[in-house]
Amino acid sequence: MAKFAKLSFKKDELNKELAGFFKGMLENGAVDAVLAPMAQAQKGVRQTLVTSAANTEQVDPFAPVAAVSGAKIASSLTARSSGRKVAMVLRPCEIRALVELVKLKQANLDDVLLIGMDCLGRYENTDFTKFVEQGGTSESFLENAQAGKTATGDFDVAGACAICEFPTADNVDMRLCAIGTGNGAVFIEAVTQKGEEALDKSGIKAGESPSGRNDAVKKLVATRTDARDKKFAEFREQTNSIQALSDTLSECVNCYNCRVACPVCYCKECVFVTDTYRHTGDQFMMWADKGGMLRMPTDTTMYHLTRITHMSLFCVGCGQCTSACPNDIDLMPLFRTSAEKTQARFDYQAGRSVEEAQPMSVFKADEMVEVTGQVK
Amino acid sequence: MSEFEPKIVAFFCNWCTFTAADLAGTSRLSYPSNLKIIRVMCSGMVDPKYVTKAFLAGADGVLVGGCWPGDCHYINGNMKARRRVALLTEVLKQYGIDEERFWLRWIAASEGNMLKEVAEEMTAKLKELGPSPLKKMGQMVV
Repeated sequence: MAKFAKLSFKKDELNKELAGFFKGMLENGAVDAVLAPMAQAQKGVRQTLVTSAANTEQVDPFAPVAAVSGAKIASSLTARSSGRKVAMVLRPCEIRALVELVKLKQANLDDVLLIGMDCLGRYENTDFTKFVEQGGTSESFLENAQAGKTATGDFDVAGACAICEFPTADNVDMRLCAIGTGNGAVFIEAVTQKGEEALDKSGIKAGESPSGRNDAVKKLVATRTDARDKKFAEFREQTNSIQALSDTLSECVNCYNCRVACPVCYCKECVFVTDTYRHTGDQFMMWADKGGMLRMPTDTTMYHLTRITHMSLFCVGCGQCTSACPNDIDLMPLFRTSAEKTQARFDYQAGRSVEEAQPMSVFKADEMVEVTGQVK
Repeated sequence: MSEFEPKIVAFFCNWCTFTAADLAGTSRLSYPSNLKIIRVMCSGMVDPKYVTKAFLAGADGVLVGGCWPGDCHYINGNMKARRRVALLTEVLKQYGIDEERFWLRWIAASEGNMLKEVAEEMTAKLKELGPSPLKKMGQMVV
């Protein structure tokens, strides 16, 4: 049975209350470090690794920004672990990506106290700067977003967030609950034994549970699922042939930022930067001869199709690909529409469970007979 | 106008399907020359990139031939191939490359006859489907 602790806060004091929670955990030895979004001294909110209780003041976990996927940061901290216990505050999409990285042995949760925050979306990096300049805070965001008002001036939350059906996190030790908790309060939920121990040590008393949360989450999921299905249908129509796909990708400059930003693009060395794709002049000429002309640089469609083949089974729909594109190509629906089909084929869902084997890592002798249609 | 002759890129495993093609030849069975055979050591080494590339370069169909489950020279490469083919089929299908253009078939070394049948069947199917939709793009998509 999950334990909840209510964290009431006065106006402009949400982060102060949350800081108290992290401070308590560090001071009482529940963890040795905290990785959480924090306001930086000069500008911006970034994931920050804190080892001293005195430095928890700037935490801002609900800030609507995620400049770099936290899953990649968690991977860099744990793939070769320090052995020190870290509490990590991550978004649901980051946690689902992290689950995939754990299965790929590129992250390890042994020394991690995983804390999932309720997510109402994030702004693009530069939009978040504008949001702050306009006087926006995490508190105002939580309040407005729950009333469905995420649009501010000329920007809104990332397209990925608007169609994300996972506003809450699973596979965590604790949750920071903000959906349906009413203004002026958030809840800390201890999900696992490890989480309960940490909550006790933080010095915050367990008590009532948030009564309106389940309904509010359900409602939000329904709205976003509808938006997702609409977006998918639209995008599939727009990319139903290789020609249409190439047109959608026409602004691509082969910078490969989308795969750098992608938390689940798992290859240590991408094949597209190896000699495999360093073609000779003869090769280009031969291709050009085929149709009399050749778009340069080459391998753009090939690159995206290969990426889909590699990572669509693990795609969690975080939208970092779209955010990373310098030419504003909306890549997220490309990977998400493909992911929906490939994951369904293997009855797999990225980030659902650490125990569930990744489809390309297992096989059976007597399965998927429909592929060949042959029976001996 | 002469009849459309589909180009099929065929990745055949060295131990079973390629040997079956050899057997078909030595048995004087004739099969459609639409197949452009590439010998690979195992169907399990057919990287999805090879298949994607073949389609992007204008192939009308791709056929992967491997040993029957249980007969793989490398124990289980063919079963890995089966999952990869299923995965790639789902991807290609979304971008207008019909799953009927991408086949995986088990053909044992002794099944020269079956090789002939599969080659004929696939060629006929592709004639029915017509040229790859990429042909309309004018230049090669690589």
